[in-house]
Amino acid sequence: MAQIIQADSISAPPSPLLDVKDLKTWFPIQRGIFSKIVGHVRAVDRVTFSIQKGETLGLVGESGCGKTTLGRTLIGLETAMEGQALFNGRDLVTLSSRERRHLRRQMQIIFQDPLSSLNPRMNILDIVTEGIAQFKMVEGGREDHAKRLMAEVGLDKEAIYRYPHEFSGGQRQRINIARAISLRPDFIVCDEPVSALDVSVQAQVINLLMDLRKSHGLSYLFISHDLSVVSNIAGRTAVMYLGTIVEQGPTSDIIEDPLHPYTKALIAAVPDPGKAKIGEREERLVKGETPSPAAPPSGCRFHTRCPDIMDICPRVDPPDFSHETRLVRCHLYK
Amino acid sequence: MMVEGKAHNGRLLDVEDLIVTFETDEGIFRAVDGVSFAIEPGEVLGLVGESGCGKSVTALSILRLIPGPVGKIAGGKIRFQGKDLLELPASKLHNIRGQEISMIFQEPSAALSPLHRVGRQLVETIRLHRKMDKKAAWEMAREWLAKVRIPDPEERMYAYPYQLSGGMQQRVMIAMALMLEPALIIADEPTTALDVTIQAQIFKLIRGLKRKDTSILLITHDMGVVWEMCDRVAVMYASRIAEKGTLEQIFNAPAHPYTRGLLASIPKLTGAKGKLKAIRGQVPSPFEYPSGCHFRDRCPHAFDRCAAEVPPLYEVQEGHRASCFAAHELVGKPPEAE
Ligand SMILES: Nc1ncnc2c1ncn2[C@@H]1O[C@H](COP(=O)(O)OP(=O)(O)OP(=O)(O)O)[C@@H](O)[C@H]1O
Ligand SMILES: Nc1ncnc2c1ncn2[C@@H]1O[C@H](COP(=O)(O)OP(=O)(O)OP(=O)(O)O)[C@@H](O)[C@H]1O
Ligand SMILES: [Mg+2]
Ligand SMILES: [Mg+2]
Repeated sequence: MAQIIQADSISAPPSPLLDVKDLKTWFPIQRGIFSKIVGHVRAVDRVTFSIQKGETLGLVGESGCGKTTLGRTLIGLETAMEGQALFNGRDLVTLSSRERRHLRRQMQIIFQDPLSSLNPRMNILDIVTEGIAQFKMVEGGREDHAKRLMAEVGLDKEAIYRYPHEFSGGQRQRINIARAISLRPDFIVCDEPVSALDVSVQAQVINLLMDLRKSHGLSYLFISHDLSVVSNIAGRTAVMYLGTIVEQGPTSDIIEDPLHPYTKALIAAVPDPGKAKIGEREERLVKGETPSPAAPPSGCRFHTRCPDIMDICPRVDPPDFSHETRLVRCHLYK
Repeated sequence: MMVEGKAHNGRLLDVEDLIVTFETDEGIFRAVDGVSFAIEPGEVLGLVGESGCGKSVTALSILRLIPGPVGKIAGGKIRFQGKDLLELPASKLHNIRGQEISMIFQEPSAALSPLHRVGRQLVETIRLHRKMDKKAAWEMAREWLAKVRIPDPEERMYAYPYQLSGGMQQRVMIAMALMLEPALIIADEPTTALDVTIQAQIFKLIRGLKRKDTSILLITHDMGVVWEMCDRVAVMYASRIAEKGTLEQIFNAPAHPYTRGLLASIPKLTGAKGKLKAIRGQVPSPFEYPSGCHFRDRCPHAFDRCAAEVPPLYEVQEGHRASCFAAHELVGKPPEAE
């Protein structure tokens, strides 16, 4: 039943823009006056995936499963303990800070909390053109460039002299997007980039990101808890649970025929406005409590909540099994 | 307290003709322009509308948190349990905040201090409003972290906000707002970072609050959340109320072209991919709101009269009002027709 598709064994595929292997980012838990380390939050725990040039990888999973930490590690805002992350062939994990600064222009992040990531003392003009000054890119009218960016994200062009607190939540989120795309990077980590936007503005921003992908060959890691958003933008999707990726493959396959029991529950729970309410869909929601990421369950991490649990599950941590177009980390697909 | 509330047509909160202005370098504009709505005890009112239409400003007005001197409540009345909050002395208002009305802010960093551990912040909030010793307050705070489904609640009491995920920070704010069991919770996009499973657990928690008559003003752009949680819905567009009615009226028989476009552009999990459907055109800047109906530039049904007059909130069905001259014709047609 299982089928091994090892892309690189078939033909020579283009080498991916980003190739992540066994990446691990743990946070120490410190206690007492001597800040003794008493354990680790295993936020990202042996994660493997790749992103091709011009591709969008969706990243979904429940709150606290490690999505932001993974994205921040790639950008260099958190430090990986182990593993490899090759960006255009260079390993981001072992990069010196000088080399890292150099890559900054090529890799950007749209932060999850727009308010805390915008400097309150800088006006929008300075915020969205900061990188440009820093990287000595074509000066050619800073104002014009800023106004163009504002228009692209659907904001008032004349508002570039205003400060972050003078905008609404969704407007601030779009200022973040404008800043991230201002340098025309190769890769953007989008961390819940449209979570504060109404559907219409959301559609406009997603369409903008898709256009940039086409015209500039941009690649995205697109983090969202909203599967319907991901399904509209990401060709492939990775599903994360408690620090690990449990399933990855083409988005349409994952949505139409989820394999991992966690993915199944995730998709069954998507609300359908105008149809059944959560109360009526309750039996389909993931049962039980989220385990502690500092002491994840033995064997398969999902076994404590899995409706299809087998004897082997609490004992053996499943590897990634290859199943048609997909990788699934579940003993059912051995 | 309840008796007092009941005395005013059974309404807990009554917002009438609210006008809020901001003064910027470019000039003065109305962020909220003549907004009226009411909330009854135990009711959940959803406030929806596109980014920048004035939802948060409306919410902040209720607690008089509009940042002055640039921002000003320039008109209207806000009655809570019969008292006019806009006339109340600051000391009285202070008692109401947190105790009777609590607020969940749109961005966690607006409410949580980055300098203090979350446990301490929760304990201080409790002790500000309840006579409780530190230990009991600590215990209560830890229980609330567990109730909002934060794993390792004991451990997390010692965490600084930056050590929590976005969704966890949001849940700390939710715990902070719920734990004093206020009469009114103003929740500004409270679940934007939460997946549906945790969302459902939080909604169950809110419905199960001891005080059964807690009312909620729920601001959200997520029509899924509206559908799960709300009894009634008010739709805002460019500083004004476009439409209001019961949940069923808004979802099944939307009468305002903006609401209809909004419902038609909800992204679907399955079905056609590619370009998403957006309402045509752009939301104008507040300095460029057109005369008459603010939506007319983007409206497929606009005609001469829309430029000349602001459409009143016509009652199209009992309890269902829409600010559109075509409301009576549109209300019977399915929104897919847009
Ligand atoms: N302090 C301020 N100074 C100047 N203008 C402001 C200020 N706060 C808000 N505004 C403006 O007032 C209008 C309404 O803002 P508000 O925050 O209420 O929007 P919203 O409906 O909550 O939008 P979102 O869904 O994006 O959060 C916007 O045009 C915004 O730019
Ligand atoms: N700087 C930090 N120090 C310690 N722990 C951290 C830190 N940053 C994140 N964590 C922990 O790592 C885990 C994963 O957090 P992360 O922010 O990556 O989750 P997420 O998947 O983005 O969740 P959400 O959807 O809620 O934003 C959480 O348990 C969180 O508390
Ligand atoms: Mg996150
Ligand atoms: Mg807002």
